[in-house]
Amino acid sequence: MLEIKNLNISFVQGEKEANALRGISLSLKRNEVHSLVGESGSGKTVTSTCIMGLLPTPPGRINSGQIILNNQDLLLLEEKDQRQIRGKEIAMVFQEPARYLNPTLKVGDQITEMLILHLGMSNIEAVDRALEILELVGLEGGKRILDSYPHELSGGMKQRIMIAIAISCNPAFLIADEPTTALDVTLQLQILNLMLSLKNTLDMGILFISHDLRVVHDISDWVSVIYAGRIVESTSRKELFTNPKHPYTRLLLESIPDADKRGQRLQTIPGKVPDAENIPGGCAFHTRCPIAEDICKTDLPETKEVGSDNSGTSHTAACHFIGKQWKN
Amino acid sequence: MELLLFIVRRFLRLVLTILIISTIIFFVIRVIPGDPALVVAGIDASDDDIQAIRVRLGTDVPVGVQYVRWLSDIVRFDFGESMISGASVNKLILERFPLTLTLAVLGIMLGIIVAIPLGVLSAVHRWSFWDYFGMVYSQMGMAIPSFWLGLILLLVFAVKIPLFPLFGSDSLKHLILPAIALGFARAAVILRLTRAAMVEELSREYIITARAKGLTDRMIRYKHALRNAMIAVVTITGIQFGYMLGGAIIVEQVFSLPGLGRLFLYAIYQRDFPLIQGGVVFIAIVFSLVNFAVDILYSVLNPKIRIS
Repeated sequence: MLEIKNLNISFVQGEKEANALRGISLSLKRNEVHSLVGESGSGKTVTSTCIMGLLPTPPGRINSGQIILNNQDLLLLEEKDQRQIRGKEIAMVFQEPARYLNPTLKVGDQITEMLILHLGMSNIEAVDRALEILELVGLEGGKRILDSYPHELSGGMKQRIMIAIAISCNPAFLIADEPTTALDVTLQLQILNLMLSLKNTLDMGILFISHDLRVVHDISDWVSVIYAGRIVESTSRKELFTNPKHPYTRLLLESIPDADKRGQRLQTIPGKVPDAENIPGGCAFHTRCPIAEDICKTDLPETKEVGSDNSGTSHTAACHFIGKQWKN
Repeated sequence: MELLLFIVRRFLRLVLTILIISTIIFFVIRVIPGDPALVVAGIDASDDDIQAIRVRLGTDVPVGVQYVRWLSDIVRFDFGESMISGASVNKLILERFPLTLTLAVLGIMLGIIVAIPLGVLSAVHRWSFWDYFGMVYSQMGMAIPSFWLGLILLLVFAVKIPLFPLFGSDSLKHLILPAIALGFARAAVILRLTRAAMVEELSREYIITARAKGLTDRMIRYKHALRNAMIAVVTITGIQFGYMLGGAIIVEQVFSLPGLGRLFLYAIYQRDFPLIQGGVVFIAIVFSLVNFAVDILYSVLNPKIRIS
């Protein structure tokens, strides 16, 4: 299990301080897809960067929190020991494969260098293993692919290569930061299905970072909604999509375009995510919330259990007025 | 195969470039006012003498015929004979070229040995001692003229502390100071570019991937970033090398080296038209060949180029 506990991160530049994460906690089990959903600027990427140990400090500053893997806090490890975990225990897939692959190195080298480094394989062993991985990610062509440069492959193939690189050392956890956003819709589906099948075959936990609720609906076991550096609601996929509690989640769900709502005006959430330098006091969402009252401007709502069914599924949300009605 | 095709294409381009340059040179020289034969013969010459010189220069026939002759000469690498010494232009150039080439090679080697490691070090350890050292060096390199540096080098390392000979070109030792004078400014340019290219590459997204893979800093810098940075560095180094071949005139003058630069300088003084023409075409060919070599190296480093 990978556990993030009460992570609080700021970006400091001179006198200015931007509070990017304000106490994020989430846990990721193996063979589970946990989605982290939010608008841009809400802290999704900071979270993933920090888990990978790639947060630049300065300007980043970790104020508090722990990231626990195998009973050790990754934040306390030295750079040398963190490197043993990066790529080997926790791997990452990025949004735009074209930019995140090295343009002048053959795809094969980009896969085998990890095997040689982390698993101590010889060159020949690494190539054999790389060919197996290519099959695993559904790329046919074997050696020919390994001998290609990234620009010789299509967008979908490049993303499969990114995934191949990520899973090459059999990591226990995979962080996928909007892995399908740059792809067209048919490819999106293929890549999502690939990730789901890899999750099962490799018994891998996936932290899926996205702003696209439809994709999240298709892939997740568990969903956490993040707003202005805090998780405002967290529960199973089914519970979240059928019984959302936090007004922000409800508004997000209403803003998904839907064939049934044809002819109606598409719902949007007024305003935008506050920037991390000027987060409103109290509940950060009160400036855009349809049910906010005075207390929301002053008191930060606690994260509490709000589940209504007795199935035992945890359902937490941070709002003063859970269940309050609002006029549309 | 792809690479071979690329080389053939670039070679055809090289031939075309040389053809165009030769044409330009031919017409530029024809456009310059005054009949070369008159200049050569002097004011007191008789009409018969002038006509004889015209025949020797080949300017007695119509321009079209001259142009065709000129092109056929170039194809055969025959630039005629010097009007002053009577020796073939080819022989004169090939006698002097090795010295200039050696000088340029030494100069560029010096530039590469100093500039590329220092540029990489500056980029990797930004705002460190090495970075400041590099900045000071490149400012000086670009500001100090090569003739002044040459004189100072002679004064210090040949006169005050006689480590190097003052004159001559017999051994490698004679060429060290001229190579430093020639390479100093070029190294500054290469240094700036190496640093800039390396800084840029280190900020690219694929570096984040490399870090997320758990690679060591060494691998990230030298396997991933440097490889990409070299694409720009090779190009600029090639151009600098071309400059050195053509631009050694001043340094050769300061160190009294009998290289190409001096040969052409005297050719211009003495209005030795065949030698001037041959010299310019020769430099153009050498420059084009250097560019050709750089293009090939570039495409080996940058696989994307080969397609376009």
